[in-house]
Amino acid sequence: MSIDPHAHTPPIERRSSHESGEVTPPPHASAFSTRAIDPGRIECLQILDEHGNVEQGMDPGFTDEQLLDVHRAMVLSRAFDSRMLTMQRQGEMGTFAPNIGQEACMIGQVWPLTKDDWFAPSYRSFGAQIWRGWSMERLMKLWAGYHEGFVPPPDVNDYPFSIVIGAQVPPAVGTAMAMRRRKEANCVVVNFGDGAFSQGAVAESLNFAAVDNAPVIFVCENNGWAISTPLTKQTRVESLAIRGMGYGVPSIRVDGNDILAMMVATRDAADRARNGEGPTLIEAVTYRMSLHTTADDPTVYRDEALVDPWQDRCPIRRFEAWLKRRGLLDGAACDRIKADCEAQVLAARDAFRESAEAKPREIFDYLYVDTTVTLERQKAEYFKRLDRKGVE
Amino acid sequence: MAQLTMVEALNKALDEALREDERVCLMGQDIGVNGGVFRVTKDLQSTHGTDRVMDTPLAECGIIGTAVGMAVHGMRPVAEIQFSGFTMQAFDQIEQNMARLHNRTQGRYTVSMVMRTPFGGGIRAVEHHSESREAYWVHTPGLKCVIPSGPRNARALLRAAIECDDPVIFYEPKAVYRAFREEVPDTPETIELGQAEVFRTGSDVTLVTYGAMVRPVKEAAEDLADEHGIDAECIDLLTVSPMDTDTVTESVRRTGRCIIVHEGHRTCGVGAEVAARVTEDAFEHLVAPVRRITGFDVPFPYFQVEQHALPEADDIIEAVRDAMTWD
Ligand SMILES: Cc1ncc(C[n+]2csc(CCOP(=O)(O)OP(=O)(O)O)c2C)c(N)n1
Ligand SMILES: [Mg+2]
Repeated sequence: MSIDPHAHTPPIERRSSHESGEVTPPPHASAFSTRAIDPGRIECLQILDEHGNVEQGMDPGFTDEQLLDVHRAMVLSRAFDSRMLTMQRQGEMGTFAPNIGQEACMIGQVWPLTKDDWFAPSYRSFGAQIWRGWSMERLMKLWAGYHEGFVPPPDVNDYPFSIVIGAQVPPAVGTAMAMRRRKEANCVVVNFGDGAFSQGAVAESLNFAAVDNAPVIFVCENNGWAISTPLTKQTRVESLAIRGMGYGVPSIRVDGNDILAMMVATRDAADRARNGEGPTLIEAVTYRMSLHTTADDPTVYRDEALVDPWQDRCPIRRFEAWLKRRGLLDGAACDRIKADCEAQVLAARDAFRESAEAKPREIFDYLYVDTTVTLERQKAEYFKRLDRKGVE
Repeated sequence: MAQLTMVEALNKALDEALREDERVCLMGQDIGVNGGVFRVTKDLQSTHGTDRVMDTPLAECGIIGTAVGMAVHGMRPVAEIQFSGFTMQAFDQIEQNMARLHNRTQGRYTVSMVMRTPFGGGIRAVEHHSESREAYWVHTPGLKCVIPSGPRNARALLRAAIECDDPVIFYEPKAVYRAFREEVPDTPETIELGQAEVFRTGSDVTLVTYGAMVRPVKEAAEDLADEHGIDAECIDLLTVSPMDTDTVTESVRRTGRCIIVHEGHRTCGVGAEVAARVTEDAFEHLVAPVRRITGFDVPFPYFQVEQHALPEADDIIEAVRDAMTWD
């Protein structure tokens, strides 16, 4: 492996202002092979350009069905996002973290996973969670402050999302270490943000994965911001993928708003993992187009003009342009899919409203497999309080 | 005199410290342009510059560890951890260095720094945003731990914490941040660390508390006086470590009854320590068992049910009435 990081830094336009927090997407890949990940250097991958064109010879050859599935998943993620914002404003939700503009990262990173693979998400990952089989109703409960929202559905091998930045990463690597020992041809995808990459836990995890040759895919969603902190204050490297190299983890920088590139990169990383070739780091370059969370006011710290160029890089619009050119979609079909997704989200909202139930008597449950005497005594005391208050 | 919220009062204390002492600097996530997620550091970066009010990378262990190093080399850092739930990432540096360097070097180095962090429930937050883990810091030799309960004492205590030569954990009850306003004098004032405040005198029972629980205790005391003719003495610890045992035991010697109220978990919580000290120092004066009304030994509940898990005035009233009739 070559170790001069600069020799392998993808050519990135210099940022106009050091503090601006602008992230330039990776340029169009000049060469593309069927294997996107080269352990010796950091490749930079874009397949679908901003106008929805795929250069001759770059088409990864996904089936129509695969393409339409991921398209719908991206549209659904966005429909869920905007409904959640509405519900939050109407007081039905607690704090919520939107991920508008990051749908290609979301869906691309979990697209090649099977039911026997695992996914360890951070909190901004609902699009991916829905793809993995978490019902929207369950996710709504989670953001609305009901405990059951954190419980993985019975047929889903995933961790509940992590609120604590970076805390999901070491267990994800551990699960991959167990897979290798159990001789399973599976893998784990763990995602985290550009801010999370500053956590010691993430650094330690990369090292463990490398040393153990664990079948894990690290997806760093570099959206340029950690609340008010722009990437330029978070790090002095231009590409976070460089950090993987330092640990001996093959790394790739991907245009995170290009669903085809995300699918190819994750597929290849998953193939490597399943073949015993170990971990991969994918830096998905994208942008946080909206609020950090509904408790945040970005106008305090960022010039909204920074967001404008990203409107043109919208992962959904650019994918649709290409699908239309291929004759897979037309305007009417896009409208229909959007309406379907919105209806699906509304149905989930109705189911959420029907079934959401605060269960104050459950707070002592599930703490231990075998409960304790002390806990039972406190529970009795607590139940007396609930009785006095007339709470069911 | 201005009427300030606790957030504004803390901001005032930080601004004063930055103006008066060039060794003081602030560091933390999003504390600069954004002014902190609760706006405690609002406008301080534009006034005092980026070297004195630093936005750090997203790494709590790094924040506290580097603050220790700055303190050792003559500065007085005030580090903000965005929520107390994320002090766990810094535990290593708090335990190994912040609390110990003075001792390890037999006094050669001091670690004069403050770690500020909001704690406690009641704001309908997602998990890891509502914990009360002050017992960790009370349990760690070498640290002081201060918990204000209102705008005025917050300002005075933060000033004292920054002036203190020892490392201080400054735990801010976020439920109080904007809950009410209070007169805060224009001229600086301090409250001596390690000094509890008797905020209501009484003769029947001693109620010991701190932070956001001061308000339900006050409410209970008023109700007990009005409705039940019971006269409660109320103590706000203000500093939970070192604890002002004398003020508490002196009171219990007169009342014969003691009830402790806090949000944090019960087992090995601050209440356990108060109870032990009262039993050791005022045993012969007790006429009823010391009681604890606290958070339970479960993870802080999700916000749909959190209000039931937090102590309320009614719980305190019930416990006091039990204590009055105990025999
Ligand atoms: C350990 C920890 N520290 C601080 C926080 C508060 N916090 C929540 S989100 C966030 C920024 C995260 O940025 P990034 O990792 O880039 O993810 P993004 O929000 O951009 O998806 C911070 C500081 C937290 N949740 N956990
Ligand atoms: Mg980010």
